[in-house]
Amino acid sequence: MSKKLLSVKELPKGDVLEAGTAILFETGDWRSDRPIFNKELCIDCKRCWLYCPDMSILLDENKKVSGIDYKHCKGCGICSFECPVKPNKAITMEKEVK
Amino acid sequence: MVVAAKTGNEAMAEAMRQINPDVVAAYPITPATEVVMIFAQFLADGLVDTEYIPVESEHSAMSACLGAAAAGARVMTSTSSQGLALMYEILPIVSALRLPIVVCEVNRALSGPINIHCDHSDTIAARDFGWVQIYAENSQEAYDGTLQAVKIAEKTSLPVMVSTDGFIISHCMEKIEMLPDDEAKKFIGEYKMEKSVLDIKNPTTRGALDLQDYYFEHRYQTSEAILNAKNPILEAGEEFGNKYGRKYGLIEEYKMEDAERVIVALGSTCGTTRDVVDELRGKGEKVGLLKIRVFRPFPAQEIATALSNAKSVAVLDRSDSYSGQGSPVYVEVLSALFKNDKKPKIVNYVYGLGGRDINLEDIKSVFENLKKVDQLEEKNYLGVRM
Repeated sequence: MSKKLLSVKELPKGDVLEAGTAILFETGDWRSDRPIFNKELCIDCKRCWLYCPDMSILLDENKKVSGIDYKHCKGCGICSFECPVKPNKAITMEKEVK
Repeated sequence: MVVAAKTGNEAMAEAMRQINPDVVAAYPITPATEVVMIFAQFLADGLVDTEYIPVESEHSAMSACLGAAAAGARVMTSTSSQGLALMYEILPIVSALRLPIVVCEVNRALSGPINIHCDHSDTIAARDFGWVQIYAENSQEAYDGTLQAVKIAEKTSLPVMVSTDGFIISHCMEKIEMLPDDEAKKFIGEYKMEKSVLDIKNPTTRGALDLQDYYFEHRYQTSEAILNAKNPILEAGEEFGNKYGRKYGLIEEYKMEDAERVIVALGSTCGTTRDVVDELRGKGEKVGLLKIRVFRPFPAQEIATALSNAKSVAVLDRSDSYSGQGSPVYVEVLSALFKNDKKPKIVNYVYGLGGRDINLEDIKSVFENLKKVDQLEEKNYLGVRM
Protein backbone atom coordinates (compact mmCIF):
# COMPACT_ATOMS: atom_id res chain seq x y z
CA MET A 1 0.00 0.00 0.00
CA SER A 2 1.47 3.29 -1.08
CA LYS A 3 -1.62 5.34 -0.09
CA LYS A 4 -0.74 8.41 1.94
CA LEU A 5 -1.92 8.00 5.52
CA LEU A 6 -3.72 10.88 7.20
CA SER A 7 -2.14 12.73 10.11
CA VAL A 8 -3.77 13.53 13.45
CA LYS A 9 -4.81 16.94 12.10
CA GLU A 10 -6.18 15.60 8.82
CA LEU A 11 -8.21 12.80 10.40
CA PRO A 12 -11.83 13.60 11.18
CA LYS A 13 -12.37 13.43 14.94
CA GLY A 14 -14.21 10.55 16.54
CA ASP A 15 -13.23 7.67 14.26
CA VAL A 16 -15.73 8.77 11.59
CA LEU A 17 -15.23 7.22 8.17
CA GLU A 18 -17.10 7.25 4.89
CA ALA A 19 -19.74 4.54 4.79
CA GLY A 20 -19.28 1.19 3.10
CA THR A 21 -15.70 0.45 4.09
CA ALA A 22 -16.67 -3.06 5.23
CA ILE A 23 -16.44 -4.08 1.57
CA LEU A 24 -12.65 -3.89 1.92
CA PHE A 25 -12.65 -6.56 4.58
CA GLU A 26 -13.44 -10.03 3.33
CA THR A 27 -15.26 -11.97 6.00
CA GLY A 28 -16.41 -14.86 3.83
CA ASP A 29 -13.74 -17.18 5.15
CA TRP A 30 -15.32 -17.08 8.65
CA ARG A 31 -18.21 -19.15 7.27
CA SER A 32 -18.93 -22.71 8.34
CA ASP A 33 -22.50 -22.81 6.96
CA ARG A 34 -23.21 -21.80 3.35
CA PRO A 35 -26.47 -20.27 2.12
CA ILE A 36 -27.70 -21.76 -1.13
CA PHE A 37 -29.94 -19.57 -3.27
CA ASN A 38 -32.67 -21.40 -5.16
CA LYS A 39 -33.74 -18.88 -7.80
CA GLU A 40 -36.76 -20.85 -9.03
CA LEU A 41 -38.34 -20.71 -5.53
CA CYS A 42 -37.60 -17.03 -4.86
CA ILE A 43 -40.59 -14.66 -4.73
CA ASP A 44 -38.29 -11.61 -4.58
CA CYS A 45 -39.73 -10.24 -1.33
CA LYS A 46 -36.19 -9.06 -0.39
CA ARG A 47 -36.50 -10.00 3.28
CA CYS A 48 -33.11 -11.72 3.03
CA TRP A 49 -31.59 -8.55 1.53
CA LEU A 50 -33.17 -6.40 4.27
CA TYR A 51 -32.08 -8.61 7.17
CA CYS A 52 -28.57 -9.58 6.03
CA PRO A 53 -26.14 -7.91 8.50
CA ASP A 54 -23.29 -8.01 5.96
CA MET A 55 -25.07 -6.80 2.81
CA SER A 56 -24.22 -10.13 1.20
CA ILE A 57 -27.48 -10.66 -0.73
CA LEU A 58 -26.80 -9.70 -4.34
CA LEU A 59 -29.33 -7.90 -6.53
CA ASP A 60 -29.24 -7.94 -10.33
CA GLU A 61 -29.61 -4.95 -12.64
CA ASN A 62 -33.42 -5.09 -12.20
CA LYS A 63 -32.94 -5.05 -8.40
CA LYS A 64 -34.11 -8.64 -8.10
CA VAL A 65 -32.44 -11.02 -5.66
CA SER A 66 -29.83 -12.87 -7.68
CA GLY A 67 -27.48 -14.66 -5.32
CA ILE A 68 -25.02 -14.54 -2.42
CA ASP A 69 -21.78 -12.57 -2.06
CA TYR A 70 -19.64 -15.40 -0.67
CA LYS A 71 -16.65 -13.08 -0.19
CA HIS A 72 -18.49 -11.34 2.65
CA CYS A 73 -21.22 -13.76 3.80
CA LYS A 74 -20.35 -15.10 7.29
CA GLY A 75 -22.94 -17.84 7.07
CA CYS A 76 -25.12 -16.63 9.94
CA GLY A 77 -28.26 -18.05 8.30
CA ILE A 78 -30.52 -15.07 8.97
CA CYS A 79 -31.47 -14.93 5.27
CA SER A 80 -32.66 -18.53 5.34
CA PHE A 81 -34.44 -18.06 8.66
CA GLU A 82 -36.31 -15.03 7.36
CA CYS A 83 -37.20 -16.52 3.96
CA PRO A 84 -41.02 -16.84 4.00
CA VAL A 85 -41.34 -19.28 1.05
CA LYS A 86 -43.06 -22.58 1.94
CA PRO A 87 -42.73 -25.50 2.05
CA ASN A 88 -39.18 -25.23 0.71
CA LYS A 89 -37.27 -22.01 1.41
CA ALA A 90 -35.62 -20.11 -1.42
CA ILE A 91 -32.42 -19.94 0.68
CA THR A 92 -31.28 -23.08 2.48
CA MET A 93 -28.19 -23.61 4.63
CA GLU A 94 -25.61 -26.32 3.97
CA LYS A 95 -22.48 -27.27 5.88
CA GLU A 96 -19.29 -26.04 4.22
CA VAL A 97 -17.66 -29.33 5.24
CA LYS A 98 -19.19 -32.31 3.50
CA MET B 1 -33.13 31.06 42.25
CA VAL B 2 -35.25 28.33 43.76
CA VAL B 3 -34.12 27.32 47.26
CA ALA B 4 -34.98 23.75 48.16
CA ALA B 5 -33.92 20.88 50.43
CA LYS B 6 -32.47 18.15 48.22
CA THR B 7 -30.36 15.04 48.58
CA GLY B 8 -27.50 14.61 46.11
CA ASN B 9 -29.58 12.16 44.11
CA GLU B 10 -32.56 14.50 44.04
CA ALA B 11 -30.31 17.38 43.03
CA MET B 12 -28.90 15.40 40.10
CA ALA B 13 -32.38 14.22 39.07
CA GLU B 14 -33.62 17.83 39.16
CA ALA B 15 -30.72 18.87 36.95
CA MET B 16 -31.65 16.04 34.56
CA ARG B 17 -35.26 17.24 34.53
CA GLN B 18 -34.15 20.72 33.54
CA ILE B 19 -31.74 19.36 30.94
CA ASN B 20 -34.55 17.17 29.53
CA PRO B 21 -32.15 14.85 27.65
CA ASP B 22 -33.30 13.24 24.41
CA VAL B 23 -32.37 9.78 25.66
CA VAL B 24 -31.74 8.19 29.07
CA ALA B 25 -30.83 4.49 29.18
CA ALA B 26 -30.21 3.19 32.67
CA TYR B 27 -30.15 0.23 35.02
CA PRO B 28 -30.67 0.63 38.78
CA ILE B 29 -27.87 0.21 41.31
CA THR B 30 -27.51 1.37 44.91
CA PRO B 31 -26.83 4.19 45.78
CA ALA B 32 -27.48 5.73 42.32
CA THR B 33 -30.89 4.10 41.76
CA GLU B 34 -32.83 7.13 42.96
CA VAL B 35 -31.36 9.45 40.34
CA VAL B 36 -33.10 7.63 37.50
CA MET B 37 -36.06 6.55 39.68
CA ILE B 38 -36.89 10.19 40.42
CA PHE B 39 -36.23 11.07 36.78
CA ALA B 40 -38.62 8.29 35.68
CA GLN B 41 -41.28 9.90 37.88
CA PHE B 42 -40.68 13.22 36.14
CA LEU B 43 -41.21 11.39 32.85
CA ALA B 44 -44.40 9.73 34.11
CA ASP B 45 -45.64 13.13 35.25
CA GLY B 46 -45.03 14.60 31.81
CA LEU B 47 -42.34 17.02 32.98
CA VAL B 48 -39.78 15.74 30.47
CA ASP B 49 -40.17 14.17 27.04
CA THR B 50 -37.09 11.97 27.13
CA GLU B 51 -36.90 8.60 25.39
CA TYR B 52 -36.30 6.48 28.48
CA ILE B 53 -34.86 3.00 27.93
CA PRO B 54 -34.88 0.68 30.96
CA VAL B 55 -32.29 -1.86 29.84
CA GLU B 56 -31.18 -5.22 31.23
CA SER B 57 -27.68 -4.25 32.43
CA GLU B 58 -25.27 -1.35 32.65
CA HIS B 59 -23.35 -2.76 29.69
CA SER B 60 -26.51 -2.34 27.66
CA ALA B 61 -27.24 1.04 29.25
CA MET B 62 -23.95 2.52 28.09
CA SER B 63 -24.24 0.78 24.70
CA ALA B 64 -27.70 2.27 24.17
CA CYS B 65 -26.38 5.65 25.26
CA LEU B 66 -23.52 5.34 22.76
CA GLY B 67 -25.88 4.56 19.87
CA ALA B 68 -28.21 7.40 20.77
CA ALA B 69 -25.32 9.85 21.15
CA ALA B 70 -23.93 8.81 17.75
CA ALA B 71 -27.33 9.67 16.31
CA GLY B 72 -26.91 13.17 17.71
CA ALA B 73 -29.07 12.92 20.82
CA ARG B 74 -28.35 14.61 24.13
CA VAL B 75 -27.81 11.56 26.32
CA MET B 76 -27.50 10.94 30.06
CA THR B 77 -27.41 8.03 32.46
CA SER B 78 -26.58 7.30 36.06
CA THR B 79 -24.75 4.47 37.79
CA SER B 80 -22.42 3.42 40.58
CA SER B 81 -19.66 0.95 41.46
CA GLN B 82 -20.28 -2.47 39.84
CA GLY B 83 -22.63 -0.76 37.43
CA LEU B 84 -19.87 1.54 36.23
CA ALA B 85 -17.57 -1.48 36.15
CA LEU B 86 -19.98 -3.23 33.80
CA MET B 87 -19.82 -0.14 31.59
CA TYR B 88 -16.00 -0.14 31.51
CA GLU B 89 -15.86 -1.93 28.15
CA ILE B 90 -17.91 0.81 26.51
CA LEU B 91 -16.47 3.87 28.31
CA PRO B 92 -13.27 4.22 26.22
CA ILE B 93 -15.25 3.58 23.05
CA VAL B 94 -17.54 6.51 23.91
CA SER B 95 -14.56 8.83 24.28
CA ALA B 96 -12.88 7.47 21.14
CA LEU B 97 -16.06 8.19 19.17
CA ARG B 98 -16.09 11.62 20.88
CA LEU B 99 -19.65 11.35 22.12
CA PRO B 100 -20.76 13.86 24.77
CA ILE B 101 -22.60 11.50 27.13
CA VAL B 102 -23.06 12.71 30.73
CA VAL B 103 -23.10 10.22 33.60
CA CYS B 104 -24.38 11.10 37.07
CA GLU B 105 -22.12 8.77 39.03
CA VAL B 106 -22.52 7.99 42.70
CA ASN B 107 -19.25 6.83 44.21
CA ARG B 108 -19.46 3.41 45.85
CA ALA B 109 -16.76 0.90 46.74
CA LEU B 110 -15.98 -1.73 44.14
CA SER B 111 -16.44 -5.36 45.11
CA GLY B 112 -14.95 -7.30 46.69
CA PRO B 113 -15.81 -7.77 49.37
CA ILE B 114 -19.23 -6.51 48.35
CA ASN B 115 -20.08 -3.16 49.90
CA ILE B 116 -22.63 -0.50 49.02
CA HIS B 117 -21.03 2.51 50.72
CA CYS B 118 -18.79 5.31 49.57
CA ASP B 119 -15.30 5.22 48.28
CA HIS B 120 -13.84 6.36 44.98
CA SER B 121 -12.54 3.04 43.69
CA ASP B 122 -15.19 2.88 40.95
CA THR B 123 -14.51 6.18 39.19
CA ILE B 124 -10.79 6.21 39.99
CA ALA B 125 -10.47 2.89 38.18
CA ALA B 126 -12.13 4.58 35.19
CA ARG B 127 -9.71 7.51 35.23
CA ASP B 128 -7.91 6.71 32.01
CA PHE B 129 -10.88 6.04 29.73
CA GLY B 130 -10.99 9.51 28.16
CA TRP B 131 -13.83 10.81 30.34
CA VAL B 132 -13.80 14.16 32.07
CA GLN B 133 -14.23 13.54 35.82
CA ILE B 134 -15.79 16.07 38.19
CA TYR B 135 -16.07 15.29 41.92
CA ALA B 136 -18.80 17.13 43.84
CA GLU B 137 -18.33 18.18 47.44
CA ASN B 138 -22.04 18.44 48.24
CA SER B 139 -25.53 18.41 46.69
CA GLN B 140 -25.16 21.94 45.41
CA GLU B 141 -22.03 21.05 43.49
CA ALA B 142 -23.72 17.90 42.20
CA TYR B 143 -26.53 20.01 40.76
CA ASP B 144 -24.28 22.77 39.41
CA GLY B 145 -21.76 20.24 38.08
CA THR B 146 -24.41 18.25 36.20
CA LEU B 147 -25.59 21.35 34.34
CA GLN B 148 -22.02 22.37 33.55
CA ALA B 149 -21.17 18.82 32.46
CA VAL B 150 -23.64 19.01 29.57
CA LYS B 151 -22.02 22.19 28.35
CA ILE B 152 -18.49 20.85 28.78
CA ALA B 153 -19.31 17.55 27.06
CA GLU B 154 -20.88 19.21 24.05
CA LYS B 155 -18.14 21.79 23.75
CA THR B 156 -15.32 19.25 23.93
CA SER B 157 -17.06 16.29 22.26
CA LEU B 158 -15.99 14.26 25.28
CA PRO B 159 -18.07 12.30 27.77
CA VAL B 160 -18.23 13.60 31.33
CA MET B 161 -18.94 11.89 34.64
CA VAL B 162 -20.00 13.96 37.62
CA SER B 163 -19.77 12.04 40.87
CA THR B 164 -21.07 12.37 44.39
CA ASP B 165 -20.04 10.41 47.47
CA GLY B 166 -22.46 7.51 47.93
CA PHE B 167 -24.90 8.04 50.83
CA ILE B 168 -22.78 10.86 52.26
CA ILE B 169 -23.96 13.19 49.51
CA SER B 170 -26.40 11.04 47.54
CA HIS B 171 -28.77 10.44 50.47
CA CYS B 172 -28.16 13.44 52.74
CA MET B 173 -30.50 16.37 52.46
CA GLU B 174 -29.04 19.85 52.14
CA LYS B 175 -30.30 23.27 51.24
CA ILE B 176 -29.47 23.96 47.62
CA GLU B 177 -30.21 26.72 45.14
CA MET B 178 -31.56 25.69 41.77
CA LEU B 179 -31.86 27.80 38.66
CA PRO B 180 -35.32 28.50 37.30
CA ASP B 181 -36.09 25.92 34.57
CA ASP B 182 -35.84 28.38 31.70
CA GLU B 183 -32.54 29.74 33.01
CA ALA B 184 -31.09 26.23 33.22
CA LYS B 185 -32.18 25.57 29.65
CA LYS B 186 -30.63 28.83 28.55
CA PHE B 187 -27.36 27.96 30.28
CA ILE B 188 -26.97 24.58 28.58
CA GLY B 189 -28.25 25.86 25.21
CA GLU B 190 -29.17 23.83 22.15
CA TYR B 191 -27.14 20.88 20.97
CA LYS B 192 -26.53 19.98 17.38
CA MET B 193 -24.08 17.24 16.51
CA GLU B 194 -21.68 17.91 13.64
CA LYS B 195 -22.21 14.55 11.95
CA SER B 196 -25.12 12.40 13.01
CA VAL B 197 -24.94 8.73 12.13
CA LEU B 198 -28.59 9.08 11.07
CA ASP B 199 -27.74 11.56 8.31
CA ILE B 200 -28.66 9.12 5.53
CA LYS B 201 -27.71 11.54 2.77
CA ASN B 202 -24.15 11.54 4.07
CA PRO B 203 -23.72 8.05 5.48
CA THR B 204 -20.74 7.36 7.76
CA THR B 205 -19.12 4.46 9.56
CA ARG B 206 -18.35 4.73 13.31
CA GLY B 207 -15.92 2.71 15.32
CA ALA B 208 -14.50 0.75 12.42
CA LEU B 209 -11.55 -1.60 12.82
CA ASP B 210 -8.50 0.61 13.31
CA LEU B 211 -5.20 -1.21 12.99
CA GLN B 212 -1.51 -0.30 13.01
CA ASP B 213 -2.17 2.45 10.46
CA TYR B 214 -4.70 4.62 12.36
CA TYR B 215 -5.29 3.48 15.96
CA PHE B 216 -2.32 5.52 17.21
CA GLU B 217 -3.53 8.76 15.61
CA HIS B 218 -7.04 8.30 16.97
CA ARG B 219 -5.73 7.69 20.49
CA TYR B 220 -3.62 10.82 20.20
CA GLN B 221 -6.70 12.82 19.20
CA THR B 222 -8.55 11.79 22.37
CA SER B 223 -5.50 12.42 24.53
CA GLU B 224 -5.22 15.91 23.07
CA ALA B 225 -8.97 16.48 23.55
CA ILE B 226 -8.71 15.64 27.27
CA LEU B 227 -5.80 18.04 27.66
CA ASN B 228 -7.71 20.74 25.79
CA ALA B 229 -10.80 20.19 27.93
CA LYS B 230 -9.32 22.36 30.70
CA ASN B 231 -10.40 25.65 29.13
CA PRO B 232 -13.99 24.65 28.36
CA ILE B 233 -14.30 23.40 31.96
CA LEU B 234 -12.97 26.69 33.28
CA GLU B 235 -15.21 28.69 30.92
CA ALA B 236 -18.31 26.79 32.01
CA GLY B 237 -17.37 27.29 35.69
CA GLU B 238 -16.66 30.96 35.12
CA GLU B 239 -19.87 31.62 33.21
CA PHE B 240 -21.84 29.79 35.90
CA GLY B 241 -20.19 31.93 38.55
CA ASN B 242 -20.76 35.20 36.73
CA LYS B 243 -24.43 34.42 36.13
CA TYR B 244 -25.43 32.59 39.29
CA GLY B 245 -22.78 33.45 41.87
CA ARG B 246 -21.06 30.11 42.30
CA LYS B 247 -17.80 30.00 40.38
CA TYR B 248 -16.00 26.73 39.69
CA GLY B 249 -12.48 25.83 38.64
CA LEU B 250 -10.34 22.73 38.27
CA ILE B 251 -9.12 23.01 41.85
CA GLU B 252 -10.20 25.09 44.82
CA GLU B 253 -7.76 26.58 47.29
CA TYR B 254 -9.14 27.11 50.79
CA LYS B 255 -7.06 29.26 53.13
CA MET B 256 -3.96 28.33 51.19
CA GLU B 257 -2.28 31.77 50.99
CA ASP B 258 0.20 31.15 53.84
CA ALA B 259 -0.65 27.52 54.60
CA GLU B 260 2.25 25.38 55.78
CA ARG B 261 0.38 22.14 56.29
CA VAL B 262 -2.07 21.17 53.57
CA ILE B 263 -4.58 18.41 52.95
CA VAL B 264 -5.42 17.49 49.36
CA ALA B 265 -8.73 15.70 48.88
CA LEU B 266 -11.70 15.03 46.59
CA GLY B 267 -15.42 15.03 47.27
CA SER B 268 -17.32 15.36 50.54
CA THR B 269 -14.19 15.02 52.69
CA CYS B 270 -13.29 18.53 51.54
CA GLY B 271 -16.30 19.80 53.51
CA THR B 272 -15.10 18.06 56.64
CA THR B 273 -11.58 19.38 56.10
CA ARG B 274 -12.88 22.93 55.62
CA ASP B 275 -14.38 22.84 59.13
CA VAL B 276 -11.14 21.57 60.62
CA VAL B 277 -9.13 24.22 58.77
CA ASP B 278 -11.45 26.90 60.19
CA GLU B 279 -11.05 25.54 63.71
CA LEU B 280 -7.26 25.23 63.55
CA ARG B 281 -6.93 28.63 61.87
CA GLY B 282 -8.84 30.00 64.86
CA LYS B 283 -6.01 28.70 67.01
CA GLY B 284 -3.44 30.33 64.76
CA GLU B 285 -2.32 27.19 62.92
CA LYS B 286 -1.30 27.69 59.30
CA VAL B 287 -3.30 24.92 57.67
CA GLY B 288 -5.13 24.79 54.34
CA LEU B 289 -7.18 22.63 51.98
CA LEU B 290 -6.55 21.98 48.31
CA LYS B 291 -9.63 20.48 46.74
CA ILE B 292 -9.30 18.69 43.44
CA ARG B 293 -12.66 19.17 41.74
CA VAL B 294 -11.63 17.95 38.30
CA PHE B 295 -9.50 14.81 38.29
CA ARG B 296 -9.58 14.36 34.50
CA PRO B 297 -8.01 16.26 32.88
CA PHE B 298 -5.59 16.28 35.83
CA PRO B 299 -4.74 19.87 36.79
CA ALA B 300 -1.07 19.05 37.36
CA GLN B 301 0.40 22.52 36.85
CA GLU B 302 -2.34 24.18 38.90
CA ILE B 303 -1.74 21.77 41.78
CA ALA B 304 2.02 22.16 41.62
CA THR B 305 1.66 25.93 41.81
CA ALA B 306 -0.87 25.79 44.63
CA LEU B 307 1.37 23.55 46.73
CA SER B 308 4.68 25.26 46.00
CA ASN B 309 4.78 27.20 49.29
CA ALA B 310 3.51 24.43 51.56
CA LYS B 311 5.89 22.69 53.96
CA SER B 312 4.05 19.40 54.34
CA VAL B 313 1.18 17.89 52.41
CA ALA B 314 -1.10 14.91 53.01
CA VAL B 315 -2.91 13.57 49.95
CA LEU B 316 -6.09 11.75 50.93
CA ASP B 317 -7.12 8.87 48.70
CA ARG B 318 -10.55 7.34 49.09
CA SER B 319 -9.42 4.33 47.10
CA ASP B 320 -6.45 2.05 47.48
CA SER B 321 -4.75 1.08 44.28
CA TYR B 322 -3.16 -2.34 44.55
CA SER B 323 -0.08 -0.98 42.87
CA GLY B 324 2.51 -1.64 45.53
CA GLN B 325 3.04 2.10 45.84
CA GLY B 326 0.91 5.15 46.67
CA SER B 327 -2.73 5.42 45.66
CA PRO B 328 -3.73 7.25 42.46
CA VAL B 329 -4.46 10.77 43.68
CA TYR B 330 -1.23 10.78 45.70
CA VAL B 331 0.89 9.42 42.87
CA GLU B 332 -0.44 12.02 40.45
CA VAL B 333 0.02 14.91 42.88
CA LEU B 334 3.54 13.65 43.58
CA SER B 335 4.36 13.53 39.91
CA ALA B 336 2.86 17.01 39.40
CA LEU B 337 5.28 18.33 42.02
CA PHE B 338 8.36 16.61 40.65
CA LYS B 339 9.39 19.46 38.37
CA ASN B 340 8.87 22.12 41.04
CA ASP B 341 12.05 23.63 42.46
CA LYS B 342 10.31 24.02 45.80
CA LYS B 343 8.72 20.79 46.93
CA PRO B 344 6.81 20.16 50.15
CA LYS B 345 7.24 16.94 52.12
CA ILE B 346 4.38 14.79 51.00
CA VAL B 347 2.60 11.68 52.31
CA ASN B 348 -0.38 9.58 51.30
CA TYR B 349 -3.36 8.70 53.47
CA VAL B 350 -5.77 6.03 52.29
CA TYR B 351 -9.03 6.56 54.16
CA GLY B 352 -12.73 5.88 54.25
CA LEU B 353 -12.77 2.69 52.19
CA GLY B 354 -16.17 1.05 51.96
CA GLY B 355 -17.84 4.04 53.62
CA ARG B 356 -15.74 4.04 56.80
CA ASP B 357 -16.53 7.32 58.54
CA ILE B 358 -14.07 10.16 58.25
CA ASN B 359 -14.73 12.68 61.01
CA LEU B 360 -13.29 15.93 62.27
CA GLU B 361 -10.92 14.16 64.68
CA ASP B 362 -9.49 12.04 61.84
CA ILE B 363 -8.73 15.13 59.79
CA LYS B 364 -7.26 16.85 62.84
CA SER B 365 -4.98 13.89 63.41
CA VAL B 366 -3.69 14.18 59.84
CA PHE B 367 -2.89 17.88 60.31
CA GLU B 368 -1.28 17.02 63.64
CA ASN B 369 0.83 14.28 62.05
CA LEU B 370 1.97 16.68 59.33
CA LYS B 371 3.88 18.59 62.04
CA LYS B 372 6.25 15.63 62.21
CA VAL B 373 6.01 14.55 58.62
CA ASP B 374 9.55 13.13 58.60
CA GLN B 375 8.48 10.42 61.01
CA LEU B 376 5.58 9.25 58.81
CA GLU B 377 5.53 6.36 56.41
CA GLU B 378 4.96 7.40 52.80
CA LYS B 379 1.66 5.52 52.62
CA ASN B 380 -0.61 5.55 55.65
CA TYR B 381 -3.99 3.99 56.33
CA LEU B 382 -6.25 6.25 58.34
CA GLY B 383 -8.18 4.29 60.93
CA VAL B 384 -7.57 0.75 59.72
CA ARG B 385 -7.22 -1.75 62.62
CA MET B 386 -3.73 -3.16 62.33
